[in-house]
Amino acid sequence: MNMDLSRRSFLRLAGAGVAATSLGAMGFGKAEAAEAAHVRAFKLATMTETRNICTYCSVACGIILYSKGDLKAGETAELVHVEGDADHPTNRGTLCPKGAALKDFVKSETRATKPRYRAPGGGEWQDITWDEAFDKIARAIKDDRDANMIERNEIGTPVNRWTTAGFLAASGSTNEAAWTTYKVVRSMGMVGFDNQARV
Amino acid sequence: MTNAWTDIKNTDLVIVMGGNAAEAHPCGFKWVTEAKARRGAKLIVVDPRYTRTASVADYYAPIRPGADIAFLMGVIRWCMENDKIQWEYVRNYTNAAFLVKDGFGWSDGMFNGYDEETRSYDMDDWEYQIGDDGFAMTDPTLQDPRCVWNLLREHVDVYTPEFVENVTGTPRDKFLTICEMIGECSAPDRVMTSVYALGWTQHSKGAQNIRGMAMLQLILGNIGMMGGGVNALRGHANIQGLTDLGLMSNLIPGYMNIPRDTEIDFETYIAGKANPPLRPNQISYWQNYSKFFVSFQKAMWGDAATEENDWAYDYLPKLDVPTYDILRMFDMMSKGEVNLYFCQGFNPFLSFPNRAKLLSALSKLKLLVVMDPLQTETAHFWQDHGIYNDVDMASIQTEVLELPTTCFAEDEGATVNSGRWLQWHWPGATAPGQAKPDTWIMSNIFLRVRELYRTEGGVFPDPIVNLNWEYEDPMEPSPQELAKEMNGRALRDVYDLADPQKLLVPAGEQVSTFAHLRDDGSTMAGCWIFAGSFTPEGNMMARRDNSDLGDTGTFLKWSFAWPLNRRILYNRASADMKGRPWDPERTLIEWNGEKWVGFDVPDTAPTAKPEEVMPFIMTHEGVGRLFSRKMMVDGPFPTHMEPFESPVENVLNRKMRGNPAARIFPGDLEQLGTSADFPFVATSYRLTEHFHYWTKHNKVNAALQPEFFVEISEELAAERGITKGGRVRVWSNRGQVWAKAVVTKRIKPMVCDGKQVHVVGIPLHWGFMGAAKKGFGPNSLTPFVGDANIQTPEYKAFLVNIEPAAEEPVA
Repeated sequence: MNMDLSRRSFLRLAGAGVAATSLGAMGFGKAEAAEAAHVRAFKLATMTETRNICTYCSVACGIILYSKGDLKAGETAELVHVEGDADHPTNRGTLCPKGAALKDFVKSETRATKPRYRAPGGGEWQDITWDEAFDKIARAIKDDRDANMIERNEIGTPVNRWTTAGFLAASGSTNEAAWTTYKVVRSMGMVGFDNQARV
Repeated sequence: MTNAWTDIKNTDLVIVMGGNAAEAHPCGFKWVTEAKARRGAKLIVVDPRYTRTASVADYYAPIRPGADIAFLMGVIRWCMENDKIQWEYVRNYTNAAFLVKDGFGWSDGMFNGYDEETRSYDMDDWEYQIGDDGFAMTDPTLQDPRCVWNLLREHVDVYTPEFVENVTGTPRDKFLTICEMIGECSAPDRVMTSVYALGWTQHSKGAQNIRGMAMLQLILGNIGMMGGGVNALRGHANIQGLTDLGLMSNLIPGYMNIPRDTEIDFETYIAGKANPPLRPNQISYWQNYSKFFVSFQKAMWGDAATEENDWAYDYLPKLDVPTYDILRMFDMMSKGEVNLYFCQGFNPFLSFPNRAKLLSALSKLKLLVVMDPLQTETAHFWQDHGIYNDVDMASIQTEVLELPTTCFAEDEGATVNSGRWLQWHWPGATAPGQAKPDTWIMSNIFLRVRELYRTEGGVFPDPIVNLNWEYEDPMEPSPQELAKEMNGRALRDVYDLADPQKLLVPAGEQVSTFAHLRDDGSTMAGCWIFAGSFTPEGNMMARRDNSDLGDTGTFLKWSFAWPLNRRILYNRASADMKGRPWDPERTLIEWNGEKWVGFDVPDTAPTAKPEEVMPFIMTHEGVGRLFSRKMMVDGPFPTHMEPFESPVENVLNRKMRGNPAARIFPGDLEQLGTSADFPFVATSYRLTEHFHYWTKHNKVNAALQPEFFVEISEELAAERGITKGGRVRVWSNRGQVWAKAVVTKRIKPMVCDGKQVHVVGIPLHWGFMGAAKKGFGPNSLTPFVGDANIQTPEYKAFLVNIEPAAEEPVA
């Protein structure tokens, strides 16, 4: 049985059950259907549940994301609640003070939400489109690489090393993002390449 | 980790040195409390501070920051003197019996062959004696004075309990109690586990701290055992994955190496990776290096990597120095030698040492590109924030781009936990505003650069225009496509090497083991150690069956662990020379007369005979190394070295400063302080309420720990006239910070080499962005020097001064 569905159906039934039982006991048999419609179901019963892994430390606890809206159905999904995944062998549903507040990290007011540009000597950010940002980056990469690539060392060995640019990768990102990054950075000949493992 | 979080429940003794798991890894630490509650296991904590891990320990001892090697060598000496040795394990599974060349030696705190000019050792003699048969010579009786065991006995002789107390500040009686507790785990049915974190790595000799523990665990016979091992508690959720994937200056995915200038061509490079066994019958698995390397080149460059062009060997850059690590890059940047820098989910302005130097370095860039889910200090390094970032904005000419990325809740893919489990996750939220996944951003950058090279030409465009980029949507490769590429597949039919008629993998199919990878161009794999993670059966990383056969804590059907779903590395060593488990209560695998069977994937060939093939299949010797040969630049045994900034001289050699083999750049050496001006030892650490510089953006965590503080003893507070909760100034030879003083009984002064030593604790969670009060990090103070082998900065032991400061004016 799909655990996500069974859990959600259980919550729905439980919500309806409470309404039906209490109304029946009070003798409002006929009004039952109408009244039940007024009883708000548990909030979580209307949520989409998604299995995820905590983004902080390397214990990598299992978590469940509760969102309003279903991404898989093409809907916009708003994160409403995060809790520990009781099925996960490592954390068995527990979370630490960081993991318990994950939702507020995702929704923090200082999330970066749009590409921004700071000009030389400038005191303010300016908005920039993704296209403009990528053009600027690609041009800077091409020009600097062409100007500074070391193709051969002093004894003539091909070394194809580009030392005037560097890249720090994110150990909070997925393997898949990391592999994409690896391919791009290495193909350009960058050697100043590191991630948090060095620190 | 050699083992897994869930395996800690199987231990008898946990030693936490160089970490604080209860605060930094709370839900993993749960397994320590499980072992205590269910098995009666004991917990030892050795730390400069009485941490929250210490508060639940059975035994706690203080130690001076940076003195761990002396402590560990002292424990090894005590074990040797008191016969607390797992003898059968040591004789057969370690290099104790191997004979070392006559030239190797140690005196005055240094090994033979030191050159002060180059700050390096001539390592030629740090090697075994090789016999006429081409194999290393051994003396199984351990009588030869040149065997590793006797050299080790000689090496640790100086680390008497008196010496240890004098250097580490750990009271002798406490040290001896810990020795006795550890010594009990030399019995084949008693097992200790070591858990450590950055408290051991962030030293100029960090790698030697860890080697010290690895040696102790070999001597006790605890490597490969359930409840044993040497367990690095990694930091970030996917720091293990990024290390596995080699996103470092000198690495290729799966712990292979970027070529050096001296490896002038493919033939020379591969000849150096032949890795022949040093003893008869041994596996020496790195003999397969060329298969993994060629498969990687095929993953990178597809059809453009051919036998004729040496699998596109020259497409890779070569290194003229060991690494262009972060310290070297920021040093180059400070000299104006770097123009362009990318920070993807990384906040170096707070996490690298000597912030003043970082500011000057970033200010010399032409363009800084920051990709991050958060508005980081690095992206805002040019912005004036009063005393918290005191800059002249107009004078900083660096262009900055801040690009918003998704975070875990909004993306899909795998992260690798500390125990090497690759766990898949699914997105549950829409990204805010224009935030985009890193895969989309990197693809867009790449495709535009490739287009420029295609249309304009340019310098050596080959590796860029030929990069394999066959994805359904080139603008955004799917996580599944990328995961499959890392796992690897057959490009042509792959046949059994022993039976050319037997088809193993048809062309186009995913491989299910790296044993099927080839060096003839017939296979590709982005990261050989991930082979088996995405097989013809599907995505093994997404498996969610939490049953645990035998209640061993291995959870073989949950996600996928590299290599080959193996949960405990070196598990062959959990059984004796006949293949019987050392401890029947801890049966992990055993030899049934024909093959290895049990609860974990055997870490040896399935039919490797126990009396012939030794357990450490990745080493040339087949055994674990007590003597590490030329593998580390600062010595084949750990030797006591002081931090670069220390309150005391090195008692083994009073002229020696720090690690004699560590690199330090001109300018940084001059910025080191002395105890005359900076009498107190500082050490950095984390709090359970915060994760690095991320959670201060989050109102809940910002409220839990809102304000930067430093932690000092009541004695130091009295000495300096500092009041509880008062404001203090802390300064080093590189910078200053202001903080609230937490005056505590958790830190006590100690006595080392006849001097009283005070410790100042400096947590690292504050900056000038986010929801918490603005504050400082330890990196305003720390020295710009790293570990001799891997360049991890020395954050855990440096010198500061402290004084009361005027209270901040109320706004």
